[in-house]
Amino acid sequence: MTALAAEPVAARMRQRTPSIEARTTENGQPFLFVAPADLVLLLTLLRDDEDLRFDALMDLTAYDLLKYPAKAPSDAICAVWLLWSHVHRHELMVQTHAARSDCRLPTTSGVWPAAIYFEREVFDLYGVHFDGHPDLRRIMCPQDWVGHPLRKDYVYPATYHGVSHLRDGQHFESQPAREAR
Amino acid sequence: MADPQCRPGNASHEQIHLTAVDEFLAWGKEHSLFYLLFATACCGIELMQAGGPRYDIDRLGMIPRATPRQADLMIVAGTITHKMAERVKLLWDQMTEPRWVVSMGSCANSGGPFSKWSYSVLNGIDKYVPVDVYIPGCPPRPEALIDGVMALRERVRLYRTTGQRTKTPHVVAGIEPAFGAHHEKPEQKT
Ligand code: SF4
Repeated sequence: MTALAAEPVAARMRQRTPSIEARTTENGQPFLFVAPADLVLLLTLLRDDEDLRFDALMDLTAYDLLKYPAKAPSDAICAVWLLWSHVHRHELMVQTHAARSDCRLPTTSGVWPAAIYFEREVFDLYGVHFDGHPDLRRIMCPQDWVGHPLRKDYVYPATYHGVSHLRDGQHFESQPAREAR
Repeated sequence: MADPQCRPGNASHEQIHLTAVDEFLAWGKEHSLFYLLFATACCGIELMQAGGPRYDIDRLGMIPRATPRQADLMIVAGTITHKMAERVKLLWDQMTEPRWVVSMGSCANSGGPFSKWSYSVLNGIDKYVPVDVYIPGCPPRPEALIDGVMALRERVRLYRTTGQRTKTPHVVAGIEPAFGAHHEKPEQKT
């Protein structure tokens, strides 16, 4: 299993998807960064290109950049696609940002049907709305849950259906104590 | 003296056991607590282990049932989220009276390791269903489960013979390993 170098792929795709950039994570893992407008086209190209053939979506996840210890502060939600090629046995990571205020991305379930469940999960836990998704419902939390729990600014609910989240005499740590961690 | 070949207890006049019907039924109920086949997390693995050959919970007359309508006892083994808790309540509602609940493990007792930092885990199944026996531990050993079942059997017999149901829940105390110290940690091979 080899992670593909991102730069040659980016150079090759730049013609069709101009917003593409080759970047590396803090621990040195290469990935492609792309604007949401080019996302579906890029993923389709990566899937269909003879030399790349990313025929499997291994994972689709996200993370919240709020309070993220990176150099450039941002409050976007970063969505991550992990691709795998059964043909060439290599993998690649693709990332894009969705603005926190209007949290939308195009659906990639048309490229790999596996994305249907992953996108429901990202929607449930991070509140990213995937436009064009066939069935965008919560998948882990109950349907009437309020908020998206893995966002950094998520406020813990006090009760669910009238049942308290705490035992008698227990209390959540105050917000400053949690932030100090 | 009749036939010397006849061992004690085999003679026809010694095979009759006189008892009240209630007591006999109570004895039968006590020794056939069917439990609902239901587990949600790591404690469920320990519950399965209790059914394995070493502990063999079947010998207590405990046969898992796949439907709540045939079960006397619900062993809540594992982490219960708010989403799951409503399903647990539904299963409990479907069980016939008298129904018994054993809360197995810290998660079902109080939320366990998730009690403080989880938005989704219910802090104790007793917020939804009444619990008869609490078994502490993360996970409790099968001995602890069997200890809890023995305590429950006392209650079942009391209920069946006198009609009184003990209100205060029983809490299983710490359990010594049944097979000695080697059970706690693997032998050091040098
Ligand atoms: S009490 Fe411990 S072992 Fe049991 S379900 Fe909870 S975390 Fe798992």
